[in-house]
Amino acid sequence: MTEALAAELRLALSPDRVRTNSTELGLYRRDASNIEGSASVVCFPLTVAEVQAAVLAAARHGVPFVARGAGTGLAGGATPLDGALVIATTKMQRVLSVDAVHRMAWVEPGLLNLDLTREVTALGLHFAPDPSSQQSCSIGGNVANNSGGPHCLADGVTASHVLGVEVVLSDGSVVQLGGEEPEVEGLDLRGAFVGSEGMFGIATKVLVRLTQNAPTVRTMLMDFASVEAGAQTVSAIIAAGMVPAALEMMDQLCVQAVEEYIHAGLPVHAAAVLLVEVAGLPHGLEADVARIVEIGPAHGAGTVRIAQDEAERALLWKGRKTAFGAIARIKPNYYLHDTVVPRRMLPEVLRQVYAIADRYQLLVMNVFHAGDGNLHPLLVFDKREPGVMERVHAAGEAIVRASVAAGGVLSGEHGIGLEKRDFMPLMFEPADLAAQAAMRRAFDPSGLANPFKVLPSPAACGDAQHVPPGAWV
Amino acid sequence: MGVIDLDAFAHEVGVDDPVAVAGLCTRGGGPAGVRTVAAPSGILWVQPDEMIVCCGAGTPVDELVDALAEHGQTVALPAGGTVGGALSVGHSDHRRLGYGPVRDVLLQARYVSATGDVVKAGGPTVKNVSGFDLCRLLVGARGTLGFLGEVILRTRPLPPSSQWMSAPATDPDTVFTRLHRPVSVLWNGTTVWALLEGHPFDVAEQADAAGLAACAGPPPLPQGSRRSVPPAAVVDQRGEFVTEVGVGIVHHAEPWSAPPRSARVLELTRAVKAEFDPTGRLNPGIDV
Ligand SMILES: Cc1cc2nc3c(=O)[nH]c(=O)nc-3n(C[C@H](O)[C@H](O)[C@H](O)COP(=O)(O)OP(=O)(O)OC[C@H]3O[C@@H](n4cnc5c(N)ncnc54)[C@H](O)[C@@H]3O)c2cc1C
Ligand SMILES: Cc1cc2nc3c(=O)[nH]c(=O)nc-3n(C[C@H](O)[C@H](O)[C@H](O)COP(=O)(O)OP(=O)(O)OC[C@H]3O[C@@H](n4cnc5c(N)ncnc54)[C@H](O)[C@@H]3O)c2cc1C
Repeated sequence: MTEALAAELRLALSPDRVRTNSTELGLYRRDASNIEGSASVVCFPLTVAEVQAAVLAAARHGVPFVARGAGTGLAGGATPLDGALVIATTKMQRVLSVDAVHRMAWVEPGLLNLDLTREVTALGLHFAPDPSSQQSCSIGGNVANNSGGPHCLADGVTASHVLGVEVVLSDGSVVQLGGEEPEVEGLDLRGAFVGSEGMFGIATKVLVRLTQNAPTVRTMLMDFASVEAGAQTVSAIIAAGMVPAALEMMDQLCVQAVEEYIHAGLPVHAAAVLLVEVAGLPHGLEADVARIVEIGPAHGAGTVRIAQDEAERALLWKGRKTAFGAIARIKPNYYLHDTVVPRRMLPEVLRQVYAIADRYQLLVMNVFHAGDGNLHPLLVFDKREPGVMERVHAAGEAIVRASVAAGGVLSGEHGIGLEKRDFMPLMFEPADLAAQAAMRRAFDPSGLANPFKVLPSPAACGDAQHVPPGAWV
Repeated sequence: MGVIDLDAFAHEVGVDDPVAVAGLCTRGGGPAGVRTVAAPSGILWVQPDEMIVCCGAGTPVDELVDALAEHGQTVALPAGGTVGGALSVGHSDHRRLGYGPVRDVLLQARYVSATGDVVKAGGPTVKNVSGFDLCRLLVGARGTLGFLGEVILRTRPLPPSSQWMSAPATDPDTVFTRLHRPVSVLWNGTTVWALLEGHPFDVAEQADAAGLAACAGPPPLPQGSRRSVPPAAVVDQRGEFVTEVGVGIVHHAEPWSAPPRSARVLELTRAVKAEFDPTGRLNPGIDV
């Protein structure tokens, strides 16, 4: 079967863009998570017509297909199951058109997030969603995962920055959802597609909204003697009626790892540091800075360092953005979690995160989007240690449960994929899940688009019945 | 703080006969000649430091806006009708350029489905990608997929100052491109209006830079049709109109029929409706 599918694809695409040898297939077994599957064929279309041909070929052979961008996803979304056909967008990377006045651009899905911003920098514009992986993740992946980033606090996640999308559906038809017209009558199918994790179809073109660069930006770093004090400062800033461009927190272990890596003069003795960035017009910005430098110390900030120039600002951000690289120097493996809790619950949930790590004898570091309550506990370990993976998974599950029990949600930006699929019943009743399954069926009645992700199978639903009643919100 | 009895609302919606839902009927309410229900109303809670509010879908937007103002916040929904009506119609008001579309406001909804079940879509936090984005599908669905009962909405801080400005302009883009994140820019072919918010000094400097002078308010919006066009096509309008520059909404004195949607979009739309309401009992006759 695989050979017949591959042969058909070689004809429809070209022989050099269809791969079946096991070494190459091995590269596509998983995304940036630890969850492995197996692909039967990997292909690299150049055009929408080739994506269509690939989808139709998969359908004819009854083989599921998985869209793959850069493979930086952390939830197993791009992990191929059951010998799926992987349709990689890496050769569809063009910016097709830019409207600098009305601030929008049509791009191909394989375009890397940061390359899009680079392309429009000279126009004074940028693409607002800025995942920490922005150097390597694709716009198509951002759309499928509705990705976020530090600067989504003020500007919103990907869904707010995608105006339209051209999609190849699982029956091989091409449809444009949304577009340049802002409010066409009818269902918001574009909105439904964003965040569909490759299960509604494959995006082949994306109309993105571009955002004006701020005329002035100010970046501050505050340190705290306790994580709680840092978290309370976050709430106090928001309660004062400000929405900073970014509000990011790192705990002590993380700061120490980063400092050792980049030597930015970070306060390594503090329990937590808060990176606050405000952006906008100069007078409003100065007023916000003035209030923030009062609110911080009033809630226990030791020192407030304000970046004096662009170089210092870049250095402070480098600390935040290289956190994952820095951590890799401590232990070879890490497992990055992603949950959201109400801001006021941050101190309590962080306390629980530390207790959970203790209980499972793991090292945990926190580097996260504090402004929107988006936790990223990072469990670091050496997977050669016997039995460590069981502890990592058990601790991860405990963190997810603690977050949901605190009134939070399963994922703020990484998505559900395979990783959190079986946790969905923690947040949703069967009727809620049935409605999501109905959405999927409307877009993909064949069920061939990236199957077995996001929605738990009925068997897994039963599994969640041992959830303590207190965990339901 | 109130209590919202969704089970009672579900009971009212029932399970088999045709049923319509209406808010304040500023957009015509539900279809005529059908048993009509109203969503529960009342504000359940306001959490200013989370920037969220929970209320019944039957709550008048004006009441919600007043309650939020006490906390220095507001919500980006058009005034006049109910929260459920505003969401289900899905039309933003003239502040969309700065405040974003209506569909970005809804974080979580509990709605009554065609089978009479209470179903939850989305989640209570501002950031959430747990599962498919059912909220986006409900906004603008005109009550054809489910009747909104209780919603959690994203709020936004009220600005320190807010001022309408205007200037004569034959090309709105020259003004539009000089402003940093204006809340609204309107143009009728000869005059441009801009709503600027923020620090009063910034507002004044922006106005100077764009050659705008303070004015009383926006022009009346022609009521013949509300057209959705590519923002670049705003300058090509003829007749009596006011356009939302940078957005692509045109308020025109003349009626209009929108260009037809593609066959595949209509097919997808019908497939969604068939999944959510196979017998067509919710708001029968409304074709989204
Ligand atoms: C170090 C690191 C830091 C990260 N930081 C962040 C962060 O700050 N914020 C954040 O949100 N995420 C973050 N991520 C996760 C990841 O980078 C994002 O989810 C990203 O959007 C995935 O893009 P990708 O191109 O790698 O997609 P992939 O991993 O290739 O795919 C992700 C999902 O999208 C689907 N998909 C891909 N392309 C298409 C398409 N064209 N059409 C339809 N479906 C498609 C896939 O099927 C899969 O389900 C991080 C990851 C790493 C490794
Ligand atoms: C002073 C004033 C100013 C206004 N300004 C604007 C403006 O700037 N922009 C704008 O777009 N509109 C504006 N409007 C119109 C109006 O307020 C909104 O469009 C509003 O969305 C309609 O709300 P309603 O409660 O009157 O809805 P209705 O007319 O009662 O219903 C509208 C539709 O929504 C459905 N619906 C109602 N409730 C629910 C529910 N709970 N669940 C599911 N479906 C439901 C109905 O079945 C119907 O299909 C204004 C109105 C007034 C009076």
